Amino acid sequence: MHGSAFLLELGGVILLLAVLARVAQRFGFSPIPLYLLAGLAFGQGGLVPLVTADRFIAAGAEIGLILLLFSLGLEYSARELVDAVRTSSRVGAIDLLLNFAPGFAAGVLLGWGVVPAIFLGGVTYISSSGVIARTLDDLGWMGNRETPLILAILVIEDLVMAGFLPFATVLLVGGGAWRVVVSIVLAALVVLTILTVAARYGPAISRAVFSDSDEALLFGILAVLLLTAGATEALNVSAAVGAFLAGIVFSGPAADRARSLLVPLRSVFAGTFFLFFGFEVDPGTIPKALPAGLALAIVGAVTKIATGWIAARRGGIGRRGRIRAGTALVARGEFSIVIAGIAVAAGAEPDLGPLAACYVLLLAVCGPLLARVVDRPGRRRASARR
Amino acid sequence: MSVVNEIPLPGIGVRYEFVTHDGDRVAVVHHRSGVRELVLFERDDPDTSHDLLRLGPEDGRTLAELLGVSQVAKDLAELERDVEGLAVDRLPLGAASPFDGKAIGDTRARTRTGVSIVAVLRGDEAHPAPGPEFALRGGDTLVVVGTPRGIEELAIVLRPG
Repeated sequence: MHGSAFLLELGGVILLLAVLARVAQRFGFSPIPLYLLAGLAFGQGGLVPLVTADRFIAAGAEIGLILLLFSLGLEYSARELVDAVRTSSRVGAIDLLLNFAPGFAAGVLLGWGVVPAIFLGGVTYISSSGVIARTLDDLGWMGNRETPLILAILVIEDLVMAGFLPFATVLLVGGGAWRVVVSIVLAALVVLTILTVAARYGPAISRAVFSDSDEALLFGILAVLLLTAGATEALNVSAAVGAFLAGIVFSGPAADRARSLLVPLRSVFAGTFFLFFGFEVDPGTIPKALPAGLALAIVGAVTKIATGWIAARRGGIGRRGRIRAGTALVARGEFSIVIAGIAVAAGAEPDLGPLAACYVLLLAVCGPLLARVVDRPGRRRASARR
Repeated sequence: MSVVNEIPLPGIGVRYEFVTHDGDRVAVVHHRSGVRELVLFERDDPDTSHDLLRLGPEDGRTLAELLGVSQVAKDLAELERDVEGLAVDRLPLGAASPFDGKAIGDTRARTRTGVSIVAVLRGDEAHPAPGPEFALRGGDTLVVVGTPRGIEELAIVLRPG
């Protein structure tokens, strides 16, 4: 550590995050695109590159990634996962097909090779459950009839992520055909083992970790989380997957308390993660990536609107509801960055980072905006905002 | 009580819907955070809702008290959470049930299934802690406490035929 220089630099970065979070809150937007922009401005080749705090921020970003996926796993109970698969697997398949294909095709067309193209497919596929939940709440759409359908799609996407990440990470490591097959089998075994443990011993583990002391509970949960993430990483299955699965293990009162206890930690480290992703992208590469990013964003918006429309129509919902479902799903955010981040960290394809950044910047902002536009103008919620 | 539909909102909470006496569809969204939203649907578009009110955990309780809902159901739910393996449920007693007009003791619920009948809801009235001599009537709702298994068994016992 470098004493005062380190503290001042880190303080400056966090001050910036504080200002951006405030701006986002003021205008009712997701702060993610702002964090990315800040990362672009202060990373390599940016306005004021950091010198001393970058290693700390890199470690923070890693923890942020793990916490993001852990809270995703915590978000849903096993019953919600099963219900969503039972009711919406068809729609989930349509969603995957319509939204994975554009990214994958673009990757191939750009001459990236199959593995980076698969990652780009993941980036274009996955909607941002964080941004969408917030939009639904802000616009007062929680009561609408299409809302459970939207949420079920998000649940399925997250499940697909749990399968996609280990698979894609294995491909990233590469090697001969045999090694890939062995790694995929190994990854599948790890995922199945943890899921079995979650189903069998989840309640017992939750009870063992649970404590009336916030401190004891928080440390207990973080220990389980980091050890699972580390163990899966050691087995080449990506710490992100381990973190997601660890989230599924917890249930009941332990999960309820963990959710609220982890919120501040997650905000800090996830913010760092988005910032760090921006750091790693050279702003000089953005103008070059922008045309492709814009085209992909337009296609991605159209395919998500189509997905929502189809899902709502199958649910017997009228035109207005179908449009609402479609526009609500457009927003991409944290998980697109997670997927791109894993590929970038492995040095897969230098153009993936800037392209994913453009894509998420555009859709994280335009998605909620579109939803606002199709919502009936002039409607205001009865009560004041929090 | 009107028929209440329960719709899970994964990651958010649960939505409860019912149709009022005047034909308005109303929903209450229970957020996991404890926030409650009161929502009214448009009459000409069943898909679209308007949120009327957003209530914090305390506000929800206050409004419930003002509307005259007893705390019984909620206390039972808390009991269920505290004691693992314990389930609290409501079992309707159909008009054709063999126990229409019989005393609670005749069901031998405790001996047969280990389940206790802790209250009987009849119309707007609640009869807490009924004795074995309490006469049941078709249309009653029984509030029962026991293991999930036992409650299933009791439901079968109460069924006609």
